[in-house]
Amino acid sequence: MTAVAGVSCIIDRGSFVALVGTSGSGKSTLLKMVNTLVTPSGGRVLFGGEDVTTLKQSKLRRRVGYVFQGIGLFPHFTVGENIAIGPRLAGETLSDGRIAELLTLVELEPDMARRMPDELSGGQRQRVGVARALAGDPELLIMDEPFGALDPITRDALGVKVRELHEKLGLTTIMVTHDMAEALLLADRVMVMSFGELVADETPRELLDGKGGEIAQSLVAVPRQQAEKLAFMERPEGSS
Amino acid sequence: MSEIFEILLELGDKFAAHIVLAASAIGLGILVALPLAVWASRSQNVARVALGFASLVQTIPALALLALFFPILLSLRGVFGEDLPTLGFLPALLALALYALLPILRNAVTAQANLDPGVLEAADGVGMTSWQKLTLVEGPLSAPFVMAGIRTASVWTIGAATLATTIGQPSLGDPIFAGLQTQNWALVVAGCIASAGLALVVDALLGIVENGFAKRNRWQYGAGIVAVALGVIGALVYQADGDDDDTIIIASKQFSEQYILAQLIGSQLEKAGYSVEYRDGLGSAVVHSAVASSSIDISVDYTGTIWTNELERTDNPGREVMYQTIADWERENTGVRVLGRLGFENAYAFAMRADRAEELGVTSLEQLVPFGPQLTVGGDPEFFERPEWIAVRDTYGLRFGETRNFSPTFMYNALRSGEADVISAYTSDGRIAADRLVVLDDPREALPSYDAMLMLSPRIAEDEGIARALEPLIGAISVEAMREANYAVDREGEGKLSPKDAAARLAETLGL
Repeated sequence: MTAVAGVSCIIDRGSFVALVGTSGSGKSTLLKMVNTLVTPSGGRVLFGGEDVTTLKQSKLRRRVGYVFQGIGLFPHFTVGENIAIGPRLAGETLSDGRIAELLTLVELEPDMARRMPDELSGGQRQRVGVARALAGDPELLIMDEPFGALDPITRDALGVKVRELHEKLGLTTIMVTHDMAEALLLADRVMVMSFGELVADETPRELLDGKGGEIAQSLVAVPRQQAEKLAFMERPEGSS
Repeated sequence: MSEIFEILLELGDKFAAHIVLAASAIGLGILVALPLAVWASRSQNVARVALGFASLVQTIPALALLALFFPILLSLRGVFGEDLPTLGFLPALLALALYALLPILRNAVTAQANLDPGVLEAADGVGMTSWQKLTLVEGPLSAPFVMAGIRTASVWTIGAATLATTIGQPSLGDPIFAGLQTQNWALVVAGCIASAGLALVVDALLGIVENGFAKRNRWQYGAGIVAVALGVIGALVYQADGDDDDTIIIASKQFSEQYILAQLIGSQLEKAGYSVEYRDGLGSAVVHSAVASSSIDISVDYTGTIWTNELERTDNPGREVMYQTIADWERENTGVRVLGRLGFENAYAFAMRADRAEELGVTSLEQLVPFGPQLTVGGDPEFFERPEWIAVRDTYGLRFGETRNFSPTFMYNALRSGEADVISAYTSDGRIAADRLVVLDDPREALPSYDAMLMLSPRIAEDEGIARALEPLIGAISVEAMREANYAVDREGEGKLSPKDAAARLAETLGL
C-alpha cells in the first residue's frame, strides 16, 4: 500500500506549516521523509536545495529538530542527558549552562536537568522533548502529533509556547496534527492530506473563508461548529 | 551429619573445578548469545533459526549432550590434529555453553522485541547510528532482562555441570556419582549440598546485579559483578595452586569394583611418594580413550572389553593369547602400557544356587546341557543378545526351557526365590559369595575372559617407579578376595564399607 502518493510542495524558510489529516492519511510518513527516517520509493525531498538522501545522515539530523509523537525520552538518561544527546552524538558536550537555558526556554526549572524522565508529568516530558529538539540549534523543527497525549490545558499552553519559540529562534516549523483547530490557531499555512495526497494548501484565513475544497472544509467545520455552539450557549439569557 | 561436613571440607578441588567449568561455560554462552541476539533483533529469520536451534539443544538430555561431544571432537581431530582433547574440560565446556545459550538468547531477544517503539524511533530521530543505538539505548534498556536470562542459565549450568564427571571432568558430580554407585549417601548429600549451595549463592549475586541494572544503580551492579568475579578468580587461583604435573590421575568406571581398585592403586602410589588424584565415575566407553590420550594415567580395564571394543574382534583365542594380543596391540597402537593382570576376572558366567547344583550334580556347563530343557535361565536385559551367550549356546548346544530377563539386582533375588534356576552373573560380583552361589566351569572356554588389567597411560608408561609401586598388585587379587571387597561396598546395613575402607582391608588381605 502506498502511504504517500503524489505530494509536491515548497515550504518557505521561517514559515509555520501545519500538516492536517485524519489518521492514516500519510502525514506522519511524509514528515519522516524529511529527516530520512522513511525513504521515499520515488521522488525527492530537498532541504535548503539539497536532496536529503545525499546529505550525511548525522549532519542532516542535527539540522532538523524532531519532536516525537510518543515523546521518546530515553528512560535511562537524566533530563539533562536527554537534552544533550544530539550534540553528544556529534562529539560535543552541552554545557550545564546551555541545558539550563534550554530548560528555561521551555519553561522548566533548570535544576530539573538531574531528574529522571519518569519523575516528570506528561506535559513536562514533552517540554523536555522540545528542548531536546532545539539543543542542536536546528534550522527546521518537525513535530509529529507533539501534543497528542497531553491534557487540553497543557496542550494549549505548550502550543502557544512552541509558536513563541518559532518566532524567537527564527525556525521553520512543520507540525503534523489531526486537530484542525490547533492547526488554524498556530500555523500560518495549513496543508490538508487525504489518502496520501495533498488536497488543500491554504492560510488559516482562506480556510475559514471557505476555500480549500470539500475535505478541508469538512475538517474546518468541526471546530467552527463547536465555536458557534459555545458562542450560542454564552449569549445572555433571552436574547436571540 | 558430621560425616557430610567432613566430606564437604575435602571437596575444595572439585568445588574449584566446578566453578571454573560453570563460569567458563556461561561466559562462552554469553559471548555467543549476545551478538546472536542483536543479529536476531535485526532479522526475523535469524531469530527463528537461532531460537529454534537453542530450543532443540535444550531438548537433548544434558547427559547425552555431554557424551555426544566425545565423537564430535574425535572426528574434529582430523581438522585440529591429534592433540585436540576429546574428554574432560573441552567437551564439558562446549556442551554446557550450548545448554546455557537458550535462556540468555531468549531473554535478550524478548527484551529487544519489547523495547518501547517510541524510544527506538527517537534514537533514530536524534541521529544515532545503529551501533550507538545498540550501546546507548537498546543495551542498557535490555540489560535487566538479559541479566535475568544469564541468571537462569547460571543455575542450570551449575546443576548440569555435575554431569561433567561422566566425561572425565572433575566437578561436584564426582562425589554424587561415586556415592550413588556405592550407596554412600553421605557422599551424595555432600555433593548435592555443595552444588545447590553454589547455585543459590550465584543466583543471589546475579540477582543483585540484575536489580542494580533495573534501578540503574552503578554501585549495586558493580558490587555484584565484582563479587562474582572474585569467586571465579579465587577458584582459578585455587586450581592453579593444586595443579601439579606430577600428580597421577587414577580413573574408575561407574561400579564398586572400580572405585575400590582405584583406591587400592592410589594408596600403593602414595606409599611410594606419588601424589594422586581420582577421577571417579567415568563412562565406561570413554575410559580407554582417556588413558590412551593421557587425560588420565591409570585405569583398570578388562580383556574382553578391550578385545571387542578396541580390537573389534569377535573370536575367542583363549585367555592367555587374548591377554598377550591386547598387551602387544596397546603398545603398538596407543602407547598404553599394560602393566599386568590383577589375577581375577570380572567375566560373564553362569551361576546356580549351591543346593540346586548339588541336586542335579553339575559343576560345569557341559554337565548342565542334559538338564537345560527343564530349567529357567535368567539374564540381564542385554545378555541374550550378547556374543557371550551365543558362544555358549553354540559351543555346548545348551538350550533352556525358559528364558527370562531381570535387572542385575533382581537376578539374584530370582535365583533365591526359585524363579530362575541358572543366571548370568559377573564372576567378581560380591553377591556370588554372599549368596554362596556355584559358578559353573567353562571347560571349552566358550565365554571370553575378562581379566582385570592395569593400564598405564603413554605419559607414565616409562615411569619405572610407578611400575615398581604397582608390581605387588599384579596377579595378587583372587576372585574370592575381590568378591568380598565388592560385597562389603555393595551390601546394606552392618559391615558396609566405603570403597576406601574396602581397599584398605583388601590391601591387608594381600599383605601389602
